[in-house]
Amino acid sequence: MMNAPSDNQKGVSVQVRGLRKTYHGQEVLKGLDFEVNPGEIFVIMGPSGSGKSVLLRHLIGLEEPDTGEILIEGKPIQSPEVMNQYRMAMVFQSGALLNSLAVGENVGLYLAEHRLKPPEEIARIVAEKLEVVGLKGTENKMPSELSGGMKKRVAIARALVIEPQLILYDEPTSELDPLSAVVIAEEILSLKQRIQVTSLVVSHDRDLAFGVADRIAVISEGQIRTIGTPEEVKHKPDPVIQKFLQADFKRL
Amino acid sequence: MFQNIGEMVVLFWRTLLALPLTWRQRQKVFDQFFEIGNASLLMVCILSGFIGAVIALQTGPLLVERGIASAVGGVVGYSICKELAPVMMAILIAGRIGSAMAAEIGSMRVYQEIDALRTMNINPIHYLVLPRMVAISIGLPVLVVFAILVGWLGGAFVCVANPRIAISFAAFLSGLQDVVKIKDVANGVFKSFVFAVAVGLVSCHQGLVTLGGPRGIGRSVTKAVVNSIVLIVVLDYILTRVLQK
Repeated sequence: MMNAPSDNQKGVSVQVRGLRKTYHGQEVLKGLDFEVNPGEIFVIMGPSGSGKSVLLRHLIGLEEPDTGEILIEGKPIQSPEVMNQYRMAMVFQSGALLNSLAVGENVGLYLAEHRLKPPEEIARIVAEKLEVVGLKGTENKMPSELSGGMKKRVAIARALVIEPQLILYDEPTSELDPLSAVVIAEEILSLKQRIQVTSLVVSHDRDLAFGVADRIAVISEGQIRTIGTPEEVKHKPDPVIQKFLQADFKRL
Repeated sequence: MFQNIGEMVVLFWRTLLALPLTWRQRQKVFDQFFEIGNASLLMVCILSGFIGAVIALQTGPLLVERGIASAVGGVVGYSICKELAPVMMAILIAGRIGSAMAAEIGSMRVYQEIDALRTMNINPIHYLVLPRMVAISIGLPVLVVFAILVGWLGGAFVCVANPRIAISFAAFLSGLQDVVKIKDVANGVFKSFVFAVAVGLVSCHQGLVTLGGPRGIGRSVTKAVVNSIVLIVVLDYILTRVLQK
């Protein structure tokens, strides 16, 4: 049985205020406002090209907004206080594992590079995190030997090593078969239950969104159309949302 | 172009600031150094051996005809250590190692591995650029020392074996010792150090600014090699001018 997370392990709140971003004259984010509660699974859903991944890159600090701000526990994301005090991790759409490193080295990279633990301790933590994502004993495999689903699970293990208070997932089930997608969804849910991490999931996978989300934001053309619980979103009488939710091969 | 130059100056400055972290990154420096040596030593020996041989073949008969056969060793030795070894080896390394650096860092950029490093608060300059810059800055001068020695041997072999030159190994060596001083070798090695920094900087920069997919990586590799070669030739003129004083 897992111990209850301590205060510095618990999820953090995220506030996004008036976020705008323009690339080459095209406004990709048009003034986004929303709030994510500590420990919540918040899914941002929308069609491809709606600005979801750009938003995620802002939330992890890889991009800076033209205007607006992102606050973690009420403090600006770029502030040294947030950098030093809170731990955030991102699971990239491709996994973004370092191809020149073995699985174990990828998972332990954060600890090794920052010299936070001795090598034996890192090896123990790596084995533990890989077991959590169901990949026990794969330390010596290279990323090229793994399937797409396994790569994403390794990426989750790599994120877990940081003991994050906020995990961002970029299209975690894209390019996965339904079984692997379910495993990833279960992983997201179990992390919430075990360590109360705040999870922000960007996806256009409706099954994933309605399966794991506490709340869902639907984004379209750089604007948020609605925010609510899965049930509220499902019954929102907005034609754009309904069109997205009801898109089905059977209608072809 | 000016943006590229500005970015490279910033990258160079940040790499210099990161130099105290070299010991922490020593394993990566060693891996890169091994890669440079392992990938290039044989090519360096073949290339420099034949360059020495060709210089001897071109100049030897002319000097013998004019009765100054004793100068062959000096001509071969001087041209190899001050000019041909540093420039040719730098061009070889730009093609062999610079292209690999640009491709590796470029693909890491395209496939979000560099973003992943940033999210883990790992500075890509410390993790990727520093070990490569340090390794190439040590590796190329070492290879140039090999190239000078093998080039001299290649020249000596032709002088001994070619009937149109036919001077003894001792005569070749004596001519070489008359002309080439230790500062001439140091001059060539110093040039190669500057070329190495230039190749490393251009290649790492091109890798870091790669955009797009595989086509973008290909473009970066081409730019890294072409820009490195142009820079080597320009720097060669400037260094030759400065070091002549």
